[in-house]
Amino acid sequence: MAFVTANWNPLGDAFYRKIELYEMGWNLKDGLRDCLVAAAPYGGPIALLKAHNRRSPSARPQLEIFSSSGLPLASFPWKSGVVKQLGWTVSDDLLCVQEDGTVLVYDLLGGFKRHFSMGNEVSQSQVLETKIFHSPYGTGVAILTGALRFTLATNIDDIKLRRLPEVPDLQGAPSCWAVLTQDRQSKVLVANGSHLFVLDNTACTPVTPPGLSPQASSIVHMCVSFSYKYLALLTDSGLVWMGTSNLKFVLLLFSCRCRRPKSQQPSAVVMWDGLLLVVGECKETIQYHLDDDSILVPELDGVRIISGTHHELLQEVPGACEEIFKIASMAPGALLLEAHKEYEKESQKADEYLREIKEQSLLSEAVRQCVEAAGHEHEPETQKTLLRAASFGKCFLSNFPPEQFVSMCRDLRVLNAVRDYTVGIPLSLTQFKQMTIQVLIDRLVYRKLYPLAIEVCCYLKTPEYQGVSRVLKHWACYKVQQKEESDEVIAKAVSVKLADAAGISYSEIATKAYESGRTELAIKLLEFEPRSGEQVPLLLKMKKSPLALSKAIESGDTDLVYTVVMYLKNELNRGDFFMMLRNQPVALSLYKQFCKHQEQDTLKDLFNQDDDHEELGNFYVKASYKEQRLEARIAHLQSAVDEYYKAKKEFSAKTTEDEMRLLRFQRKLEEEKGEQLVGFSLHDTMTTLLSVGLHKHVEQLYKDFRVPDKRFWWLRLKALAEKEDWEELEKFSKSKKSPIGYLPFVEVCIKHHNKYEARKYVSKVTLEQKVKAHLAVGDVEGAAEAAIERRNESEIGTVLSRCAATTDHLLVERLNRAKATVAKK
Amino acid sequence: MHAISYSHVMQGFPNFFCQPNLREDKLQPRDFHILFVPRRSLLCEQRLKEKGVLNSFTNIDEYILDLIPYDGDLLSMESESSFRECYLENDQTSLYHAAKGLMTLQALYGTIPQIFGKGECARHVANMMLRMKREFAGSQTQILPVFDTLLLLDRNVDLLTPLATQLTYEGLIDEIFGITNGYVKLPPEKFAQKKQGEGGKELPTEPKKLQLNSAEELYAEIRDKNFNAVGAALSKKAKIISAAFEERHNAKTVGEIKQFVSQLPHMQAARSSLANHTSIAELIKDITTSEDFFDSLTVEQEFMTGVDTDKVSTYIEDCIAQKDPLIKILRLVCMQSVCNNGLKQKVLDYYKKEILQTYGYKHILTLKNLERVGLLKPQSTMRNNYPTIRKTLKLWMEDANEQNPNDISYVYSGYAPLSVRLTQVLARPGWRSIEEVLKMLPGPHFEERQQVPTGLHKKRQPGENRTILVFFLGGVTYAEIAALRFLSNMEDSGTEYIIAATKLINGTSWIKSLMDSPEENLP
Repeated sequence: MAFVTANWNPLGDAFYRKIELYEMGWNLKDGLRDCLVAAAPYGGPIALLKAHNRRSPSARPQLEIFSSSGLPLASFPWKSGVVKQLGWTVSDDLLCVQEDGTVLVYDLLGGFKRHFSMGNEVSQSQVLETKIFHSPYGTGVAILTGALRFTLATNIDDIKLRRLPEVPDLQGAPSCWAVLTQDRQSKVLVANGSHLFVLDNTACTPVTPPGLSPQASSIVHMCVSFSYKYLALLTDSGLVWMGTSNLKFVLLLFSCRCRRPKSQQPSAVVMWDGLLLVVGECKETIQYHLDDDSILVPELDGVRIISGTHHELLQEVPGACEEIFKIASMAPGALLLEAHKEYEKESQKADEYLREIKEQSLLSEAVRQCVEAAGHEHEPETQKTLLRAASFGKCFLSNFPPEQFVSMCRDLRVLNAVRDYTVGIPLSLTQFKQMTIQVLIDRLVYRKLYPLAIEVCCYLKTPEYQGVSRVLKHWACYKVQQKEESDEVIAKAVSVKLADAAGISYSEIATKAYESGRTELAIKLLEFEPRSGEQVPLLLKMKKSPLALSKAIESGDTDLVYTVVMYLKNELNRGDFFMMLRNQPVALSLYKQFCKHQEQDTLKDLFNQDDDHEELGNFYVKASYKEQRLEARIAHLQSAVDEYYKAKKEFSAKTTEDEMRLLRFQRKLEEEKGEQLVGFSLHDTMTTLLSVGLHKHVEQLYKDFRVPDKRFWWLRLKALAEKEDWEELEKFSKSKKSPIGYLPFVEVCIKHHNKYEARKYVSKVTLEQKVKAHLAVGDVEGAAEAAIERRNESEIGTVLSRCAATTDHLLVERLNRAKATVAKK
Repeated sequence: MHAISYSHVMQGFPNFFCQPNLREDKLQPRDFHILFVPRRSLLCEQRLKEKGVLNSFTNIDEYILDLIPYDGDLLSMESESSFRECYLENDQTSLYHAAKGLMTLQALYGTIPQIFGKGECARHVANMMLRMKREFAGSQTQILPVFDTLLLLDRNVDLLTPLATQLTYEGLIDEIFGITNGYVKLPPEKFAQKKQGEGGKELPTEPKKLQLNSAEELYAEIRDKNFNAVGAALSKKAKIISAAFEERHNAKTVGEIKQFVSQLPHMQAARSSLANHTSIAELIKDITTSEDFFDSLTVEQEFMTGVDTDKVSTYIEDCIAQKDPLIKILRLVCMQSVCNNGLKQKVLDYYKKEILQTYGYKHILTLKNLERVGLLKPQSTMRNNYPTIRKTLKLWMEDANEQNPNDISYVYSGYAPLSVRLTQVLARPGWRSIEEVLKMLPGPHFEERQQVPTGLHKKRQPGENRTILVFFLGGVTYAEIAALRFLSNMEDSGTEYIIAATKLINGTSWIKSLMDSPEENLP
């Protein structure tokens, strides 16, 4: 314990410490000399590629990928073009930028994933320099071309190439440049000698860092901090300028002789051969001696130093650790740690220390400090000591919330597990919190450390479908690509492992199987997919269309059925397509719906295929109405008649024939009499003819179309009244006995305000309707007579309601009396 | 913002976007966005693509709108043609949306432990729900179930009810003026403001638009009453309101006056609400007291009680002869057919011929549609089982009390809607008691149980109501809703009903949705 501070170095008010993470497991002959090296942040993998030997271009260098602890993950000879730059994406994919602007993407186990180009302009003028950068939008690539122009893509997963404006007076390659992410866009900061420019989408703006005299000297190196907040510049006169990356504030100017800076939060690390210099805000420095060629990997809370033999982390000592371990610290955490030590020794001093903390009522603060410090310590022993102290302190507190302690224990357990030499992900707690558990699990999955990933999920109680299920899905995706095992074995293994996991997307696994050429396995796996909708796209891709169609129908999602149907329509020949639909009535009726709107002819073919004559008849009827010529319309109707007969729909056939007859009649009469008739119903035709006095033709229609007497009488009655041809009406009423009675005559006359005519028919009305008839013509007395005669209580009531009590005094009395007599019976 | 449906897209809609003035409006560049409701559809997109306008949209997205709340106890999908699609065109898209909507409802209000259903569509929806539930296993919500039971009912199990004229206040408003999306448009004459000193003011010509829902206190009170009981309710309300206004004379102290003034806004709202409904009631009364209305209702009731359903009705004949509105005729003929379990071939053909000769041959397709969905049919050799159903389920109540109802039959002044009776029997004593009748009705009846996560089983307190969600596939009428509300409010019913439907319908809108009348194109 006493040695915790052994590797601490003061810098101003703060301390810096250098922790050894790993002794590298690799065995490099020449160290890192002449290598292209890329190490991913957040303790990610390291890629190495020996520089191309210009003298023997045929020699194929080896591309090697190692974990942070130097364990080999992949190694293969590089066969493609000259690599200018290596870099890692946020999802642990390796990017290899070639001279011609092609970017090859490999996964971290060396599997080739894809490639993309940075555009014609780049491939023509060749890549001069490249930088790979990360932003909230993903991983980006910036390229300086031989034509001294910058091309930039902010997110390689959604490539939108941007060519930045020209830098004025740029003769050769700029002395240095860097990519910044500011104001939601990526910019390039370029130094050309002593001039500094910011390039964004639209403009090239010259800038002057405050405090750095413009003529002073040329800028040879620049570096942006991990968070894009700070910027460090190094001039050829050995001046270090540190400031905010928007170049508005200067933090420090420092003079030294150095070569390669890596900038951190408000401190910069400057490295050159054999010497490492940490420059802080306070103009002090710490120097470290380096034995070997090393590279620096900037991290959120420090910088990792990777050399041929060692892997170290240089960071500012976190506040909590400093408070506790600083020599002679009297911070509550430090006292609590001391108290616990004495307690272990069974010394009464423990009590004294405790008292001291409690007197200041800082015990909960002390516990908090110990817990926090434990999180930032790398050695499990130190972590344990601190946590034990915290736990000890907790005993003397009531109501101290346990969450922080519990989650810290959990987090540390996970962190220690992934920091293990065999896993090699040296995450600090701060980095872990920043990257989130989700991403950590992804990283474990990328490394195919499935059991560990599942352990972590279970241990951290991650919800199943985000945790275990996701890992299992990845495992299964990997499993199905193993060529040596048979389909049955794999399908079984997958289903057994995944059986209890909720929310597994089998279709994704099946897609992977299909992509690696195992169609049979894919079909087997799809069977496990509970969401039939999910199965459909892949089944289509695999050309299993009948299965796809039935799955789509099973899902009930008609849009999905349409998807398949439309696909089949384009894929199959018409006959096969119709056959397939025929076996799937649901799909067939949906397709018919579609045809109804868009493909009338196909609809006809479908009915024909099914020998559905009635539908064909209906189809022709509909078609007939679209015609503008009478002959064409009648022709269609004739087809309809034929179909209706075939379908044994006598009624439909007959009525359709009637319609044809009517149309011809109407046309003929139109020509003869000039009266607009075509398209009218029989009823309207007759009404129109009556109104113009063509009684003979009406008679003919009445006979030809066998119009029922009742309706014919109504028709004539109404038409005559409409014409107010009262004489003709009276003649008509006497022509023979009315099949509709005479009440309608009364009512129709009243409707046309002719009470006089109406009265003529009242006497002819049957007894049952007499009351109504009298009332209709306003003859209350007559109505009363009729009602009393009929001894009908409700009728008497009706009449009563129409009597005015004042005027018809006598009548009311009579009616009431009659009513009473009727009621008595 | 325009809502468009699939058929819109299939017809003229893309052309709208092809218009040059919209596409080449360079002076005023516009962004077009498309939001599909209720769901994104492949066909629509494909159609837009064919028309070459798909790329003119900045955003293509969907707004998943399945069930829209229309009131505290009423959800509707407002899927215009769902009955037609399901029963005529065999297109079950709306059922898929219904199942999706029910899944959303369950995600919000917990898994419904019991599902009952009657009819083919009900079976299909239940199957989809159970399947979807399996698919979403693992992402289950831990919510205490609000609904105890879901009842899915096919509209074609009860074809009769929507054909009958609804006699509740709200039902009549819908029958006569038509309620669309919770609003009704009324003739303005009765609503003219009678302000003193403005005697010469002209009558408004714009129809009066009123929103109708339970947020309006008076409307909530009278909407579900039989219309014959509305007058009394309105006059009672009028007395209460004028009494409340009279209170001002009693207000002596400043405090009392202040209290009176504070109630004024509420009272004034009540008074204007009363004025509105009195006017509406007058408008309705003009119609319900007419001889036409009375005659037609008499015939309806004769059919429902099984009088003379097997021969040609003189009344219908006369109506056709006078060329009354076609839909009225179709409603009556269909009703006769349903109540007689089909018409004699001769009778059916006679009606059809009469209709075609009077209203035009083009309606032949409409008649075929009605036949296909079972609203019109020739009598088969099977005996007419409607009387049995009517008797077993007590569909006709002789002495329906319109003023103080004691049975749901008040909503049709005698006829108790079959659908609601089925619901009522399900709640108590259970469907087992009416197995025979259920077999006579079309489609399977079934019961499914859904596993509720342990610990979420509802422990009902004594006296606490059960909640049943009744989902009408193919539409529900306001009278049926009124009947279910009546059941909810009945003392010791022990059951509360929430109503959902693919669409709020009435006989007219329903028949209209089944019509197919081609446009005349001859010059």
